[in-house]
Amino acid sequence: MSQINSPAELEEFRKGILSKRDPNKPCISICAGAGCIASGADEVIEAFKAQIEKEGLTAKVDTKGTGCPGFCERGPVVVIYPEEICYLEVTAEDVPEIVLQTIKENKVVDRLLFVDPVTGEKAIHESDISFYKNQERNVLCNNIKIDSKSIDDYLAIGGYSALAKALSQMTDLKVLEEVKKSNLRGRGGAGFPAGRKWEGSRNAPEPIKYVIVNADEGDPGAFMDRALLEGNPHSILEGLIIGAYAIGSHEGYFYVRQEYPLAVENINRAIKQAQEYGLLGENILGSGFDFKVFVHQGAGAFVCGESTALMASLEGRVGEPRPKYTRSNIKGLWQRPSVLNNVETWANVPLIINKGADWFTQIGTESSKGTKIFSLVGKITNTGLVEVPMGMSLRDIIYKIGGGIPNGKKFKAVQTGGPSGGCIPQDQLGLQVGFDELTKAGSMMGSGGMIVLDEDTCMVDVARYFINFLTEESCGKCVPCREGLRQMHRILTNITKGKGKESDIELLEELSETAVEASLCALGKSAPNPFLSTLRYFRDEYEAHIKEKRCPALSCKDLISYYIDPDKCTACMICARKCPADAIDGGKKKIHIIDQEKCTNCGTCFEVCPSKFNAVTKISGETVPSPISEEKRIITKKSPRKSK
Amino acid sequence: MSEIQIEIDGKELKATEGMTVLEAAQCAGIYIPTLCHHEKLEPFGGCRVCIVEVEANGWTKLVVSCVYPVEENIVVRTRSEKVDRIRKTIIELLMAHAPDSPQLQDLAQEYGADKDRFEKDASFCIHCGLCVRYCAEVVKKNAIGFVDRGINKEISFIPEIAAKECNDCKECFPLCPTSYLQAAFVLTEALAFPPPSSEPVSEE
Repeated sequence: MSQINSPAELEEFRKGILSKRDPNKPCISICAGAGCIASGADEVIEAFKAQIEKEGLTAKVDTKGTGCPGFCERGPVVVIYPEEICYLEVTAEDVPEIVLQTIKENKVVDRLLFVDPVTGEKAIHESDISFYKNQERNVLCNNIKIDSKSIDDYLAIGGYSALAKALSQMTDLKVLEEVKKSNLRGRGGAGFPAGRKWEGSRNAPEPIKYVIVNADEGDPGAFMDRALLEGNPHSILEGLIIGAYAIGSHEGYFYVRQEYPLAVENINRAIKQAQEYGLLGENILGSGFDFKVFVHQGAGAFVCGESTALMASLEGRVGEPRPKYTRSNIKGLWQRPSVLNNVETWANVPLIINKGADWFTQIGTESSKGTKIFSLVGKITNTGLVEVPMGMSLRDIIYKIGGGIPNGKKFKAVQTGGPSGGCIPQDQLGLQVGFDELTKAGSMMGSGGMIVLDEDTCMVDVARYFINFLTEESCGKCVPCREGLRQMHRILTNITKGKGKESDIELLEELSETAVEASLCALGKSAPNPFLSTLRYFRDEYEAHIKEKRCPALSCKDLISYYIDPDKCTACMICARKCPADAIDGGKKKIHIIDQEKCTNCGTCFEVCPSKFNAVTKISGETVPSPISEEKRIITKKSPRKSK
Repeated sequence: MSEIQIEIDGKELKATEGMTVLEAAQCAGIYIPTLCHHEKLEPFGGCRVCIVEVEANGWTKLVVSCVYPVEENIVVRTRSEKVDRIRKTIIELLMAHAPDSPQLQDLAQEYGADKDRFEKDASFCIHCGLCVRYCAEVVKKNAIGFVDRGINKEISFIPEIAAKECNDCKECFPLCPTSYLQAAFVLTEALAFPPPSSEPVSEE
């Protein structure tokens, strides 16, 4: 491949790619993101290739593994173009039927379509699926259209046109002004305006400056950055080069977590391809602008997502934050001005340059512009990545896109913002998602984690879980975080075990204040959020645990008991056989009784008791009724039982 | 370096640009408690007991004085209800590790801290990092370092270096606020120092 030396040559080259492609030629796109691969997408891709070859259709049909379209719950996802027919949960066994029916005979395979859980209607096209229909996918939309391994695919959808535009039609200052005007705020957590961050670095006197992609996504349950890194790496790279041009940087870094091997592979490939095409390196597109990029793999520390810890780690030092009274865009990596933005922030830059800041600011709320990708997980029907305009209500995200809570359970709260975010209750579901709106509600945007919790979730236990995560991920440098979280975790654990004391809430509040006010970095400063927000909205649950030794959600193992209702038990022996602790006494025609001394509260009996009997119940905060007398336990035909 | 006018605890004083609030206070003879600070070492900002209240441009915030640079016309309060409360909690948290440290006991008395408020983790180390940083920055031997992360973090002598360097130095010993360092050294010496060379020491 000879290098592309000017924007005009790039357009020529793009035309060349497009001229060889027929938009009406059938193309089978199979998601090859980590989620679908885990569900067997690799075999599906191979099966399609083999089947297409077997049928002699290789010249007539394209097959490609693409980036993640987000509907991970129902993967592997297959979309067949040009009709955009979408099949879900496809296995290799389905492949011959799809090729025969859809490719050869133009018929739809009914059983693989999405069925709306509410209306029962089937959706043929991707855009008809309720999960997708209510999204606004500006950043994620290309994932399913391109093979992430192919730079030509990215060029075919207009890739690098924003870079060409920036380099040939805009001054570096104009690029900065456009990003500032767009009011693009950082998608990684704090929501700092990207343009202002860039401007600080640009104006800093030090001539050597850096641009860095924060791809150290570590929030439990969050995977939006991974989807972009794996699925559309060039879009991030393009944004990074544009940012470097705007601030006058000639060296950039991708800090990618090691646990994302596919992302590391795809980013490295993308960089190599861009270099070969002359889109990276010296004199990019003949503009005179030079820029090179390096990939650095993080070693698995959550705290390295924090800017100063990330930079320390990049320098080869221990990944611990440093006091940030001088911002890292002025004194960052190797004490030089460094712009660090999150993956999703960089991926928004080409869109802003191509479509303009005015287009971008049309979307969103007063203070939060554009779209945001959330990873919608937990007790939700449609798990996956969703991209919505800022300002959409939590209710719409959870019910219209997410399809509500499965198994007929009630919604309890949604946890947003990652481990140091907070929980938002039912009565605030009308809240519009945006940086300031979520913060005001006691949570935060964070990088876009959204974990839905149902009525069976104990909010004290949720706080304990996240505080435990943060305790383990604290770097240990400062006392309020290292020691404060250790004690908070200990106290919360005691409360969930029924060993809470009346003074515990006050003590937790004091430890929270110390962590918020005195911690060195944002991890410690925001770490008490899981406790503070659950206390704010679910104080009654804390009090029930402490005062009544009762877990209202019937979830804390140490506070519940299992009990077999003698009126409902039919002595079927199922629970007795399955009990791993041998704690159930009973036999044929003899009503079962749980020996509370032996019972380990594992819940097996509760799960296996047939729903037509529903004899096992969970109780908390009350004493287990004493067992009925031996003679009453014998079931005779004449017993007045509530038989069906 | 230009001179900067600041106020600490009601006293007007001059500081030099680039100084930290702690340095400015110390120059003026105003006491701010510290545990991880040492004048020969780079500011660390780990223990957080030197937290103070700073008023700048009409905003009041809590900052850690050993790392916060002085700015023109800031007003610093080294004690306030909130500052004292946070210092008290920090001391209590550290006393779960080292209840008998004289330095912590003095501070506990000043701030009314209860050494038994939190469940004990008698590790004796408060992770001030004085030993680690002194060895790295002043002695430049790196005979001792931190290992692991977060609540599992601990100091550890590197036996191969410590066996060679420490016996003639031990400059870090008096810096330790809890005497855990000496214990760690004796333990490392007994358990992990390489055995003395079997070859006879040549006499010169």
